[in-house]
Amino acid sequence: MRALVAKLRNVLSAFALVALTLSVYPSLAQQPNSVDPNASAVKEDQLLQRFKTIQGRGTIPDTKSYTIEQPAGRDWQHFHEVTLRVIGGAAIIGFLALLVIFYLARGMVRIESGRSGRTIVRFNAAERFVHWMTATCFVILALSGLNITFGRPLLLPLMSPEAFTAWSEWAKYAHNYLSFPFTLGVVVIFLMWLGGNIPNRVDVQWLKRGGGIVGHDHPPAERFNAGQKMIYWIVVLGGAAMAVSGYVLIFPFYGTSIGTMQDAEMVHGGLAMLFIAAMLGHIYIGTLGMEGAFEAMGSGTVDLNWAKEHHSLWLEEQGPSRRTGTPGPQPTVAAGE
Amino acid sequence: MARMKFLCDADRCIECNACVTACKNENEVPWGINRRRVVTINDGEPGERSVSMACMHCTDAPCQAVCPVDAFYTTADGVVLYSKDICIGCGYCFYACPFGAPQYPQVGNFGTRGKMDKCTYCAGGPEPDGSAAEYEKYGANRLAEGKLPLCAEMCSTKSLLAGDGEVIAEIYNERVAKRGYGSGAWGWKTAYRESTTS
Repeated sequence: MRALVAKLRNVLSAFALVALTLSVYPSLAQQPNSVDPNASAVKEDQLLQRFKTIQGRGTIPDTKSYTIEQPAGRDWQHFHEVTLRVIGGAAIIGFLALLVIFYLARGMVRIESGRSGRTIVRFNAAERFVHWMTATCFVILALSGLNITFGRPLLLPLMSPEAFTAWSEWAKYAHNYLSFPFTLGVVVIFLMWLGGNIPNRVDVQWLKRGGGIVGHDHPPAERFNAGQKMIYWIVVLGGAAMAVSGYVLIFPFYGTSIGTMQDAEMVHGGLAMLFIAAMLGHIYIGTLGMEGAFEAMGSGTVDLNWAKEHHSLWLEEQGPSRRTGTPGPQPTVAAGE
Repeated sequence: MARMKFLCDADRCIECNACVTACKNENEVPWGINRRRVVTINDGEPGERSVSMACMHCTDAPCQAVCPVDAFYTTADGVVLYSKDICIGCGYCFYACPFGAPQYPQVGNFGTRGKMDKCTYCAGGPEPDGSAAEYEKYGANRLAEGKLPLCAEMCSTKSLLAGDGEVIAEIYNERVAKRGYGSGAWGWKTAYRESTTS
């Protein structure tokens, strides 16, 4: 009897012990007081706040893959989708509209004394070649570049996706390859015409008189007037910026981070819009805007009266050898006089 | 309708790279392209953390928005797919992607990019489901067979979860409640603009 009671007591105690032990578990589920083994490990928000990107170490050679999160990508996408299109639309359409209104109001600036029929050499063959090479490259670069920003909303609805891709691929190759002759052209233009494009007092006077663009004023100008000097510097500085940002883009991640690539694209795209607007003005004035202007770059010679009215100081410096066409009364030193 | 997402439980990832290998193998991913990769933060130090990352198939995918030729599309399941026939290799989707998912084979001099390649959630592409063309261009189409991406299926610790967003968020939240800690679903705020508890 005593042994049985003892055994029973043992069993009961064992049960009690087990029950007590097991009763701990439900409370664990309700109040987790377990240790967090990752307490010292980094957290996502913490890293993003501090570094803006999350990067670590991977096992593959592509080091770009070591960045696992760069939320700035969404911001850049917004710039490209929204901001850049607004800048581009405003700059290009806006400026185009201004030019149209101006032309309708002012019309073509005529040679007031009419053509004399005698011409003078203004740009030689080398100058004209560099200009046209750079200009043609610019137009193709501009169109292929605009396709990246505006192609999808404006062109894609008009054709099949395959056709748009074929055009865009061609445009991408043209853009990448023509960047080289364009850059070369900008460098040569910079060196070739630097001397004639340093701003001076004549430009201040010319600008004060509005370049004679409205009315019948003909302020004196040297080979390049202030307006042309502005275009020169826009082309040289703008072209340089486009080239630098462009080459960063063409050689992606050659020492640059993704942040730099995004910045390069924003500079390249944003500047491009302004550059295109400026060149629209240049093209306007050189074609529609002024009678007798296009031939300067087209054939290289301009009418003497045009030169007298628009670049009088330059004309005075030119010797008789630069004149072509029917010779008129010219200062010559004849024997006996 | 299910909304497919990925969730990497950074507290469980042990950097075994099974997900990377599974993806590479299942989709015959070309040399040099890595659709999924494992990145370790503070490697070797106390508090080391590993995260497996590939395309997150974002809501309002920035890659889709920025593509100049509209090569991307989002399926009814929320999977972001694309067409290699339409892609011109401009590289913009990589700049826009917060997770670095798009990859490009190098096909020419300097930085010339080939057609973009990225994680497809094992859901193929615009070619007919299960066709040879689809496999060649985009890899396996497991989703059409009712299967989940192989990376999550092969995860040795079940740290990488794939499936309907609500389901995996719940699994994760239960896990966090049970063990008492969790560093959150990495990338969810950026990709889906929500946390697992919302």
